Amino acid sequence: MATTAHVHAHAAPQGFIRKYVFSLDHKVIGLQYYFLALTAVFIGMFLSLLMRVHMIWPNAVLPLVGDIKPETYLQLMTMHGTIMVFFVLTTAPQGGFGNYFLPIQIGAPDMAFPVLNMLSFWTTFVAFVVILAAFFATGGAPLHGWTGYAPLSALKNSGPGEQLGADLWITSIAIFCLASLMGALNFITTVLDLRAKGMTMMRMPLTCWAWFVTAVLGLLAFGVLLSAGILLLLDRNLGTSFYVPLVIVNGQVMAHKGGSPLLWQHLFWFFGHPEVYIAILPGMGVASQVLSTFSRKPIFGYKAMVYAIMAIGILGFVVWGHHMFMSGMSPYSAFAFSIMTMCIGVPSAIKTFNWLGTIYKGRVRFKTPMLYAIGFVSLFVSGGLSGPFLAQPVLDIPLHDTAFVPAHFHLIMGVAAIFGIFAATYYWFPKMFGRMMNETWGRIHFFTTLVGTYAIFMPMHWLGMAGQPRRYSQFTEVAYLKHLMPLNTFITYAAIITIAAQFIFLINLFWSMFKGPKASDNPWESTTLEWTTATPPPHDNFGGVTPVVNHGPYEYSVPGAAKDYVMQTDPA
Amino acid sequence: MGLALLAIIWLITLVSTYFFAAKTWWLPHGASASAQWIDGQFALTYALMGIVFLAAQLLLGYVVWKYRDRPGAEKVEYSHGNTKLEIIWTVLTAVLFIGLNLMGGRVWAAERFAPAQANAIPVEVTGMQFAWYFRYPGPDGRYGATSPKLVDPSSGNEAAVGLDTSDPASKDDVVTGTMYLPLNRQVDLTLKAQDVIHSFFVPSFRFKQDAVPGLAIKMHFTPIELGDYEIACAELCGLGHYKMHGMVHVVSQEDFDKWLAAREAEKQ
Repeated sequence: MATTAHVHAHAAPQGFIRKYVFSLDHKVIGLQYYFLALTAVFIGMFLSLLMRVHMIWPNAVLPLVGDIKPETYLQLMTMHGTIMVFFVLTTAPQGGFGNYFLPIQIGAPDMAFPVLNMLSFWTTFVAFVVILAAFFATGGAPLHGWTGYAPLSALKNSGPGEQLGADLWITSIAIFCLASLMGALNFITTVLDLRAKGMTMMRMPLTCWAWFVTAVLGLLAFGVLLSAGILLLLDRNLGTSFYVPLVIVNGQVMAHKGGSPLLWQHLFWFFGHPEVYIAILPGMGVASQVLSTFSRKPIFGYKAMVYAIMAIGILGFVVWGHHMFMSGMSPYSAFAFSIMTMCIGVPSAIKTFNWLGTIYKGRVRFKTPMLYAIGFVSLFVSGGLSGPFLAQPVLDIPLHDTAFVPAHFHLIMGVAAIFGIFAATYYWFPKMFGRMMNETWGRIHFFTTLVGTYAIFMPMHWLGMAGQPRRYSQFTEVAYLKHLMPLNTFITYAAIITIAAQFIFLINLFWSMFKGPKASDNPWESTTLEWTTATPPPHDNFGGVTPVVNHGPYEYSVPGAAKDYVMQTDPA
Repeated sequence: MGLALLAIIWLITLVSTYFFAAKTWWLPHGASASAQWIDGQFALTYALMGIVFLAAQLLLGYVVWKYRDRPGAEKVEYSHGNTKLEIIWTVLTAVLFIGLNLMGGRVWAAERFAPAQANAIPVEVTGMQFAWYFRYPGPDGRYGATSPKLVDPSSGNEAAVGLDTSDPASKDDVVTGTMYLPLNRQVDLTLKAQDVIHSFFVPSFRFKQDAVPGLAIKMHFTPIELGDYEIACAELCGLGHYKMHGMVHVVSQEDFDKWLAAREAEKQ
């Protein structure tokens, strides 16, 4: 393997454009993805702030958007969901940290296909520009939600934003799919072909396993979404009827006939469910890495963790129907989807047990990355346990499409995944920028964010149980929703405080980049390969040396060893 | 820091558990035959997941505090795991999750696998941006023909669903904007949608089903308490989604017959 590595090596680039803009270096590309996601997350968060404010103070005139109409709320919601899922939760953990650290952690000089890597970032960037353009289209952004159910999304007269805005929306997603397919191929090839001598698959850090399985999921899922998106574009613009049967919109008989609205849902969720794991698996990998490092203890059940990642990956493809129990799909197939969904809870529970087992009888160092990893476990448990409710078709009768669902998925694929990103940021910041982040501000940021996100999303379960449908901009038209207003108001206040706290992170990030204390090569006394090289790593990652791996990834507190950790490259 | 973390995690857990257990916010009162079965399965799932939630969070808070790094802390146990333990908790979780699922499956089967009873009252529900219409087939028990070309959404009556009056079966069809149902009699529901997907959600009946353009979805339920119940659309259908609201009045069979007769007379 080491012999194939040099083929992919390329000379260090000269000049600003080749070095920082159209760079082939996976580290620069990783940072580009990271900063794209950082921009996206602040935009997405701002949209959610406007939504929460509109729910409580519908007549407030807001900055940038002015007067919010009910349809404006739905447009904000659609863009919030789309930006967060694609440009944050898919982009930062995989494109950002995966790009930066996968090659280093397996001892490779770069990704397998550096040009493809550059292309996949810039394609993602184009997709991002296109989605933002939807805001400025005539009629505004689409209002059909990030799931874009047809026929609402397939007809140009079904609501404001469903003209050019909706075309831009689906075009952006299609471009994003292309980018993700390129990225997935690159990740898979890199893991299979470019591992250093001694880096067997079962010696890879769990982060690498997570990025690898995530890439396989991406390869299989994004192709389907791409096809589904193209069909939607055809329905919208060329008069085909893949998703649209005979419909009458506001008294006008449309020209479509014979299509199936459920086809879109099947195709969308065949992508959409694996997408949940695309968002969360890298976070699981980071949590494992960080918990082991800061507990000074080998990960509990490494093999079980690897098998659990694989099981989640495989099962993730046979559970999409649980989003459709109320859709008109056969009630018999609900049975099968439900059982498979419950099965996916088993590997998820194994991971939780093993994280607790890792901390147990360890020696926990409370650095900010560790706080976030512990927060990740807590949120993963809380968000995960509402899963067995929604996985049962019979409980979907009261709960489907109520606030219980956003409560569930925000906790697990939203906030838990974001905690994974935070853990990764605080953990790898010294390696990426050569400086340390501020610990005090890191702790303040952690505690406010943990309490704040629980304060936002726990009460949403209760709203859902009481029957509050999701995607309602106002609760004035349905009498039984009125008594839930105090709870909705509480959530809005919690959201305002939590969002404000994120600026602590932003300031800490940029301040530390330039002013933080200089970091050593291995400030956390970690064992994996990125900590064996210089800080920040040189262009070819290891300065002309090809690392040789002699140990598993998490050898902490080995009896008889000189230090409490054994690097993967230490002599056998 | 370990103590702070323990305190915060335990506090979040206990405050959440209090509100979950106190039932300050809960499912609305159940007024259909299936409500008690669905609520029973909900309560069981709730109790089991609640126990797991408490156990996992309290344990997490405890271990991070107990095994914090401090002078004189115990030596780290060098261990790569324990296969026996892995097997035990894998089996336990599998039994818990799949067992729960099979129990819920029985309720689901009772709800959705059997067709409506022969004496059920047929009602056709049509969703459109942003209103619900209810059609009763009248004394002949047959729905008359409809035609897309005849749809006039502004009419508020039979024309809203495009009823074709030239069909003899449609003569006695009644279309209304409010749903009336007789008490204790099963409803044989047919769900349709004209434009986009809507979802017919009556929280008190523990009833929810999407109405999909191009499909006629058959469902049934039985109201068991007199009263007025709200319908809320539960599938995003456009800018008026939040106000796509309707009412169900559950009345005695006698009052229902009177109401239907009056509507028939009004139509003539």
